[in-house]
Amino acid sequence: MVEPPATDSESAFAQTAGKQLLVFGGVAFVAIAILMLALQALTNLMASNTTTAQAIDDVNNMISIAIREEPPQLNSTVATDASSGMIIGHVFEGLLRMNAKDQLEAGIAHKWHVTDTQVHFWLRTDARWSDGSTITAQDFVFGWQTALSPEVASEYAFLLFHIKNGRAINAGELPASELGVSTPNDFELIVQLERPVAFFDKMVTFPTYLPVPQKFYQATAGKYGADASELLYSGPYTISNWVHGSSLLLEKNEHYWDKDRIAIDKINIAYITSDSTASLNFFKDDKIATTTLTAENLDSALEERWQIKKHQDGAIFFLEFNHRKSHITQNYNLRRSMQLVLDMEELVYKVTKLPGYLPGESLFPEFLMGVETHFRKEYPATKNVLDRVRAREHIKLAKHELGLEAIPPLMLLTGDNAVSNIQAEWVQASLKKHLDLDIRIDKQIFKQRLAKMTAGEFDMVLAGWGPDYDDPLTFGDLFASWNLNNRGRYASDAMDGFISQVQDSVDPATRMRLFAQIQQLVYDDVVILPMYERGVTYVVHPRLKGMKRRVIGPQVDFTNAYIEPVSVN
Amino acid sequence: MASYALKRLLQGLITVWFIATATFFGMHAVPGDPLTGDKALTEKIRENLEVKYGLNQPVITQYGIFLKNLAKGDLGISFTQENRRVNDIIAEHFPVSATLGVLAIFFAAIGGILWGALTALYRNRLPDTIIMLLVILGISVPSFVVAAVGQLSLVNLNDMAGTSVLPVGGWGTVWHMIVPSLVLGLSTMAYLTRLMRSSMLEIVSSDFVRTAKAKGIPAAQIFTRHQLRNAILPVITVLGPSIAAITTGGFVVEIIFAIPGLGRYFVQAVQQLDYTVIMGTTVFYGAFLVFMVILVDLIYGWIDPRVRLE
Repeated sequence: MVEPPATDSESAFAQTAGKQLLVFGGVAFVAIAILMLALQALTNLMASNTTTAQAIDDVNNMISIAIREEPPQLNSTVATDASSGMIIGHVFEGLLRMNAKDQLEAGIAHKWHVTDTQVHFWLRTDARWSDGSTITAQDFVFGWQTALSPEVASEYAFLLFHIKNGRAINAGELPASELGVSTPNDFELIVQLERPVAFFDKMVTFPTYLPVPQKFYQATAGKYGADASELLYSGPYTISNWVHGSSLLLEKNEHYWDKDRIAIDKINIAYITSDSTASLNFFKDDKIATTTLTAENLDSALEERWQIKKHQDGAIFFLEFNHRKSHITQNYNLRRSMQLVLDMEELVYKVTKLPGYLPGESLFPEFLMGVETHFRKEYPATKNVLDRVRAREHIKLAKHELGLEAIPPLMLLTGDNAVSNIQAEWVQASLKKHLDLDIRIDKQIFKQRLAKMTAGEFDMVLAGWGPDYDDPLTFGDLFASWNLNNRGRYASDAMDGFISQVQDSVDPATRMRLFAQIQQLVYDDVVILPMYERGVTYVVHPRLKGMKRRVIGPQVDFTNAYIEPVSVN
Repeated sequence: MASYALKRLLQGLITVWFIATATFFGMHAVPGDPLTGDKALTEKIRENLEVKYGLNQPVITQYGIFLKNLAKGDLGISFTQENRRVNDIIAEHFPVSATLGVLAIFFAAIGGILWGALTALYRNRLPDTIIMLLVILGISVPSFVVAAVGQLSLVNLNDMAGTSVLPVGGWGTVWHMIVPSLVLGLSTMAYLTRLMRSSMLEIVSSDFVRTAKAKGIPAAQIFTRHQLRNAILPVITVLGPSIAAITTGGFVVEIIFAIPGLGRYFVQAVQQLDYTVIMGTTVFYGAFLVFMVILVDLIYGWIDPRVRLE
């Protein structure tokens, strides 16, 4: 369209109108400024706190950090998630704790004695709650009875089933008073075990085993753990301020019996965001002292020349087969053929290329301890040698056994995040290329994937498992026919036999030998295909020292951390 | 007018009830439930949890209980946030989202009207070309990109200045609000600019403007009274739904700038199938949206007398 040339009167009009518009612009600017002032006054009135953060604050001996989500459950009897676990690890202490070298050490109990039938704890007399009252053996009994009570309905109640009558109390068959614990006096606790547990001492570091002050708990009238004021603390820090969805301030607990070992006075959890790029920006802006890195922002961290740290978080991921009779993946030869062609090193080093990840070799991740040293050093996993020719022979056998002309398309269930997508597509491409198998990818969001896994609606699924406690059994019993987390319903007498024996044994050498047999069986019978062990990469402010990332317990632990003084030169 | 408003409110109530019912049954039809987790629960523990949350009853009974509590204004207790009432979650976090939203809508409306009028005035000349190019960008670039770029520019700005000029994230003062609300309002602003421009161009060539010019009315008066006032009407119409969209759609901005708004609870609840929070936020937002649309209709009648008569 050709515009007619502007006439004098038109341009004069435009000029006047333009001036008019400028005036309106000015008015609008003033209006916005007034609105902002009003909003400021309003937010002040609502008394919501203001975000202030400084990675390292020397004046207050404080560090600032960000967390991924609001901790959903600070009530230790019901907490299950990592965000809550991190806070709980800083504000509570139980009978025993893990030190900076992952060794068990005395907590509120200064001495303990384990036998096959019972465990005896002697509590220190100077351990106090944050209100100054003494922590007694009864507080532990109350905490355990609460976690086991059917009304509280704790998901982690099963961790207390090692204690005599624990399971029956949770099922509502026995009253809580029948729990196999006794308190000869305020500072002695004797626990009767249902059957011998080789790692009960490690179990008591878990949040479900924390003490709960009975009077205080009852006084909160069902709001225990919902707010900072609805909790009493037994650990190194207290929560002095908690603005939901926004921030938490942890301050050194003056009543903590071991407060001299805590070097940092305040931990300011200044931001709550699940966006890793945002966290990285806060770190760049010197607002937080540490952040984890993802594949997407690793490059920008490298550009900054930061020192990047790596850590395995203890979770393993695997290709789980459906062993139900109705699925052809119950055929050993079919599974074996896939084992012979899927190259997990290619997946980890060339496809996903995520820093800190290790190719999967075993059901048991590297961090687990054996008798003397790491389990995987004592009992190395069988090296999987790839062999495409033999793989095709196994496929032929599989077709013959199944009475099929061709293997029908297999359904691969997976999550909806970027990493699982890449992995699923890699499995699909590899199996097509080497075995001419057709794989259909069934992508589902978290809950729906779990629902389908439980219902058995898959041939193969990209699954994972993280440890619940520090013993190989947390992985070892995964494929017991009675384990509800065995979603592929693998069932074999050999596996069940090994697991039963392990559960009944307390001799470390025997147990590790049995775990080695389980490890071998998982490989030989191709129960699953271990894909990788997950890694975490992160950066820490150069002046923050002693921060510990853990596999079990709080993921990030500042209780041994300190701020390095600025060097004088 | 009063009877009209009452009628609209009643219609609104029915709409909200319909939203609540559809969401309730849709939510229960989705595979999985709030208790589905990474780790399988033993039958007994699952049973205990179902009793605790009333999930052991038939869905229709649960629906009845929900409606009864809703009528009392009680939205229940969250499944995932231990011991927290949904009413408290909304009361604590909606003001934050609303503050952010109000500021964003102000930026969007004022910016849209001014830029739109400007582009119409300078149609097919340089300012028009530049602004319309930005408008296309503003509409097509998704908000998570704009938010990330916005945040990164703040980091660089603070880095260059050597001090904290504007906070990179968080909440509490006006300084925390400026960039997030600009980001949040940007696409609406772009959309309104385009709308205002076309509406303005239509008015400029209309008969009554020509008549006004012929009568010799001063240019400033023609521009303000005859052109701007009439051109704004379509903008006001879309403002209602926009207000609701902005106040409810702040999820991405809230996550990236670590703002404690309601948007992220809304989205997280859906992902975690936190039934009570899903219902609470949906009903609340639904009611809010319906109310905003009614309000805008009433305002519309006030601005344009012709509408009132019908």
